[in-house]
Amino acid sequence: MTTTTPTHCPYCSLQCGMRLAPAAGPVPVEVRERADFPVNRGALCGKGQNAAALLAPGTRLTTPLVRAGKAGGRGELRAASWTEALDRVAAGFAGVRERYGADAVGVFGGGGLTNEKAYQLGKFARIALKTATIDYNGRFCMSSAAAAGRIAFGVDRGLPFPLEDVPRTDCLILVGANPAETMPPALRYFRELRENGGTLIVVDPRRTRTAELADLHLQPVPGTDLALALGLLHLLIAERMVDVDFVAERTTGFEDARAAAMAHWPERVERITGVPVARLREAAQHFGRARTGMVLTARGPEQQSKGTDTVGAWINLCLASGKAGRRYSGYGCLTGQGNGQGGREHGQKADQLPGYRSIEDPAARAHVAAVWGVDPDELPRSGRSAYELLDSLGAEGPDGVRALLLMGSNPVVSAPRAGRIAERLRALDLLVVSDLVLSETAQLADVVLPSTQWAEETGTMTNLEGRVLLRRRAVAAPEGVRSDLWVLRELAERLGAKGAGGEGGFDDDPEAVFAELRRASAGGQADYAGISYERIAAEDGVFWPCPAEDHPGTPRLFLDAFATPDGRARFAPVSHRPAAEEPDAEYPMYLTTGRVLAQYQSGAQTRRVAELNSAAPGPFVELHPRLASRLGVADGEQLAVVSRRGRVVAPARISDAIRPDTVFMPFHWSGPGRANTLTNPALDPTSKMPEFKVCAVRIERVGESK
Amino acid sequence: MSRRHVAVVGAGMAAARFAERYVALGGTGRVTLYGSEPRAPYNRALLADVLTGRFDAEAIALPTGGAELRPGAEVVALDLGARLLNLADGSTEAYDELVLATGANPVLPPIRGLRRDDGGGLNEGVHALRTLADCTRLAEEAVDAKRAVVVGGGVLGVSAARALAALGPQVEIVHQGPHLIERQLDADAAAALRGALRVLGVEVYLGNRARALTEAGEVELASGYRLATDLVVLACGVRPRTGLAHTAGLTVGKGVVVDDTLAASAPHVYAIGDCAEHAGTVHGLAGPAWEQADVLAARLSGADPDARYTGSRPLARLSAGPIEYAAFGEVQFDAADADEDVDELRLTDATRGTYKKLVMRGDRLVGAILLGDLATVGDLARALERDDSHTDAPLHLLSQHLLTTTPGAS
Repeated sequence: MTTTTPTHCPYCSLQCGMRLAPAAGPVPVEVRERADFPVNRGALCGKGQNAAALLAPGTRLTTPLVRAGKAGGRGELRAASWTEALDRVAAGFAGVRERYGADAVGVFGGGGLTNEKAYQLGKFARIALKTATIDYNGRFCMSSAAAAGRIAFGVDRGLPFPLEDVPRTDCLILVGANPAETMPPALRYFRELRENGGTLIVVDPRRTRTAELADLHLQPVPGTDLALALGLLHLLIAERMVDVDFVAERTTGFEDARAAAMAHWPERVERITGVPVARLREAAQHFGRARTGMVLTARGPEQQSKGTDTVGAWINLCLASGKAGRRYSGYGCLTGQGNGQGGREHGQKADQLPGYRSIEDPAARAHVAAVWGVDPDELPRSGRSAYELLDSLGAEGPDGVRALLLMGSNPVVSAPRAGRIAERLRALDLLVVSDLVLSETAQLADVVLPSTQWAEETGTMTNLEGRVLLRRRAVAAPEGVRSDLWVLRELAERLGAKGAGGEGGFDDDPEAVFAELRRASAGGQADYAGISYERIAAEDGVFWPCPAEDHPGTPRLFLDAFATPDGRARFAPVSHRPAAEEPDAEYPMYLTTGRVLAQYQSGAQTRRVAELNSAAPGPFVELHPRLASRLGVADGEQLAVVSRRGRVVAPARISDAIRPDTVFMPFHWSGPGRANTLTNPALDPTSKMPEFKVCAVRIERVGESK
Repeated sequence: MSRRHVAVVGAGMAAARFAERYVALGGTGRVTLYGSEPRAPYNRALLADVLTGRFDAEAIALPTGGAELRPGAEVVALDLGARLLNLADGSTEAYDELVLATGANPVLPPIRGLRRDDGGGLNEGVHALRTLADCTRLAEEAVDAKRAVVVGGGVLGVSAARALAALGPQVEIVHQGPHLIERQLDADAAAALRGALRVLGVEVYLGNRARALTEAGEVELASGYRLATDLVVLACGVRPRTGLAHTAGLTVGKGVVVDDTLAASAPHVYAIGDCAEHAGTVHGLAGPAWEQADVLAARLSGADPDARYTGSRPLARLSAGPIEYAAFGEVQFDAADADEDVDELRLTDATRGTYKKLVMRGDRLVGAILLGDLATVGDLARALERDDSHTDAPLHLLSQHLLTTTPGAS
């Protein structure tokens, strides 16, 4: 009998259940169905089905690499022993700390890391490196939704209900989300919703595969969904569809939100968004009249320089109509990365300590310092956000970061204004990258550390529902590959960190780290104290908060009260404002960016899987037939897209699914078609989210130039 | 030194938007709105909805970003040299920057019997429709009225007539011009609109001037014809409120004259909204007022000291129940001044009561009307915003179903 290992997919935030069976051949396991797991009930997308391909030798790193010559030099990467690589890293970090101070050593994490790694990385930064300079790529993911959710509800959890509730709501508005391409196994929930007689409304500047499933598709100008949400609130008020009792009993701040909505009457909103009044009315009627309703956002509204306010405006819509804090109703965020949720709860974020605690809160500092066996005063304060951190790499002067440890992220492809970020990475004295493949960012590193991946290691992930899941080791890692937990322990020891290796130190056993994480998170908002590996396995995951072992976990938040001090949800007093960069005579078009089905994030993994890469081999520029006709461009012809930050070239893909004033590019690729060469790093003032979703560009036929 | 004081004379839509943006953009010091009405700023564009009871009067308040409000504090004089405001109660206030957002007053037509003999206000049964107070009073009286006459067939008159008709009274519009809303619609569109009003029970008398209100409560037309009525609503347009500016010596044309920085003719004085005249134009619409407020807020807050207002291309919109249109620009050309370079495209569907027209000059869209079917209004709004050249006629603005060919699309 073959024993299979129950585990979860290495990709997106659904964390679909799957089983791995040992296999003969270059790929040591094969993916099997795990029909009993509730999130996906056996279904997997192409990415999940082909997940094991990256375990094959040849596609992944199997030995440490160091760059020949002195630090910062441009010699070749060559194979090295672990001792040499780690010695070089530790000496480099110590040297930079001595010359420039502790904050000159930075750490950049990722939303794909397990909870254990995310936790340990935050701890390593704070007590081994003693640096405030740590943030992660989740800042580019859902930070606006997280900020808006915390302000409105007092806590941020992607979904406040399990996905299984989605088909039971009467009306669902999906804003800037394209699960048909980004998380196909979730699509079933939206289809079931319609089969049950519910209404699906999709808001997206593109008629995506998801929009094609909708009863109603609103197609606003990029960067105007804040006005759209305010216009819908206006109509709820006008049509007397406000749930007056709910507003009075469970919320505060309605007056200011109403005033903001009054400034956004339908004809005004039509002018701003391009969505006709009649369609606004239709949407407001559907949502307002529905007994229960949900709004789910994804990167569309969130990746804007006003992302927090935009999400706040959508939350207002739920609050005004009484569609929050009740069964089958509420606001949620479709998180992107595999551990986008858990990754932001345990200390990778510049301003946070484990358990979703604030690093500036004295009680939180005392609690976590006690778990770590250090004096609270030794803990650094808040550091800078992801883009600010990357932007300061290699800079001269007191704020410059001179050395960086990067784990589980590929900012050369995924950061906004990526050309500048690549240049900043090259300016470092020491760049250390831990990854499983030689990503575009790893190629710039002075030291590359090959890490174990997914099926080769055990650890927990927290999916978009707030469900803590266990991924189990199913196969031995190749010789020469080490886990990130082991690397952090080795570095902590070399750096002479207090208690390293012992109690309160840096364990490399995931379950031991999880036990420490449970204690560190106890009493925090994201409380994992009662969650154990055994319970996760027995219960198909456990929803946080779960403060004690006899606590059942919390699949549905807010049914009794919101997590604010007074138990009431807060309306956001927000107004529309333009994007940081609007089209003008020189750059007359909007550019919006996004994803395609067969690729994942920066593509570092999926571009190395033949089945996926042949389905989506490269970037393209999607443009409307009228625009194509005006430019005289044929389908497939090479087009240059130019913004104030750079120029890229990719083939035209002509489609009437996009607005005629907008072009779309997927961002999974590096090189001449890298969409993020163009994007604008204007940051949201609250979440520090860059404005990936809208900037101004001009289109040129290749060869032609102004 | 005391904190910088930005004084805004007026507390209407332009004033509220300016204050909100100034605060949001990090403008320093304090902002005060001096309003002549005894209430906080509200959205005047929604008055017809208040009239029909769609909104409660309190529900249409606008955000002001926490600026200081002085409702009922009427500014009676400006001392531009000393940078002082004189208020009706005799007090004075110093300012560093002065924003005139005084708005406009309704035009009262020369009709005998309109005003009370004591020179006070309008006679009983006679209403203007500019303020929330006007609206509340009208709504109260409309409940018991059997018949109402609206004087003026512009956009306000049509919207008021439709709102009144929804409340019950039999409504008649008396309009001096040859067709309804002649500033925005051509004759054919106006005829279609007139048909739509008739379906709602609203009768329209064109080419007629109201001459007097009789003792018996009738409206006497210039033709001698008399309309019995319980209510008279005056909708004869508005005139910028420029008295303060004029007396203070600022340059005033139709409105307070401002340049691209929205500066009036004296230092530290600006004007925005319905009282401002920019490049010879007084818009009198909420959209341009907002655009001006946004530019001035960006300049004065320091967020963008180089921001400029270069004019607006307002899209006139009416959506009153079943009556809906969007229009902009040059829509009327008569045969006498036929311009060879001008092309008109029309789509008329008498059965469905829809009428659509585009006016092109060369490859530029210079005017448009959509009436009855506004499926393409979003694209029209964006076409206006972008002012692209159209080498082909922009047929997609007439109908979503007239698809252009897709060159080379797979």
